[in-house]
Amino acid sequence: MQITPHRSEGWTALGDPTRRAIFEAVANRPQAVGEIANRLPVSRPAVSQHLKVLKNAGLVVGRRAGNRRIYEVDMDGIAALRSYLDQFWNRALTAYKTSVEKREDTE
Amino acid sequence: MGQGSEAIVRTQIVVEAPIERAFTVFTQGIGTWFPPEYNLLAVPIAERVFEPRAGGDVYDRGVDGSICRWARVLTYEPPTRVVISWDISPRWQIETNLARTSEVEVRFVRESPSRTRVELEHRHIERHGEGWEQLRDAVRDEGGWPGALRKYAERLA
Repeated sequence: MQITPHRSEGWTALGDPTRRAIFEAVANRPQAVGEIANRLPVSRPAVSQHLKVLKNAGLVVGRRAGNRRIYEVDMDGIAALRSYLDQFWNRALTAYKTSVEKREDTE
Repeated sequence: MGQGSEAIVRTQIVVEAPIERAFTVFTQGIGTWFPPEYNLLAVPIAERVFEPRAGGDVYDRGVDGSICRWARVLTYEPPTRVVISWDISPRWQIETNLARTSEVEVRFVRESPSRTRVELEHRHIERHGEGWEQLRDAVRDEGGWPGALRKYAERLA
């Protein structure tokens, strides 16, 4: 009974393997961009970019600790579900638009 | 829950079609656009059916004849408004406890005779909260996030 919503690349924030690895690293232990970049074969700027996507998806949050920013998993699961459904509907409505307008063309 | 996240998703799209067609394709034509990979049946979908009346169901019929009812038509007011329930849990299974289902309202607004704005609101997402609470409790019991989050990520990915 599993839905497999991943056929289109990059649809969800966790659809990207690198982003998933970063998410798992942060889930394992709250940490800063530099620590993540040291452990994964990803540059610091790339890690920052991926964190930004995860943050926008409601999956991680950043908090300031001294002069660093520590990233951790957003414990609010509703935010993640909301983000997920948001992406779902945007994709579904785009397909809907294509269908509506195609039907119009053929008539 | 908390942290002030709003448990509503709102989105809209403008389509180049008269309002009647926009409504019909959204409802009875759901099989032409609703992502086909969203399938809770064990077999491929033969047909996706939207029963055009309040009290009707939205369901998928599999190639082997099996049926999965995943939404109920709560309000049916062609060509301007339709409300369906969302009977799918965060674990992506059919939710049989109706208190734990959310709602999707869709409004159709005539912008011109050949253009329609479709406004969608998926609300009461917090009613699905139980699944997330279970996830959180499981995490506590297992002593950490990584396992549960890996499963979560696998499900999303």
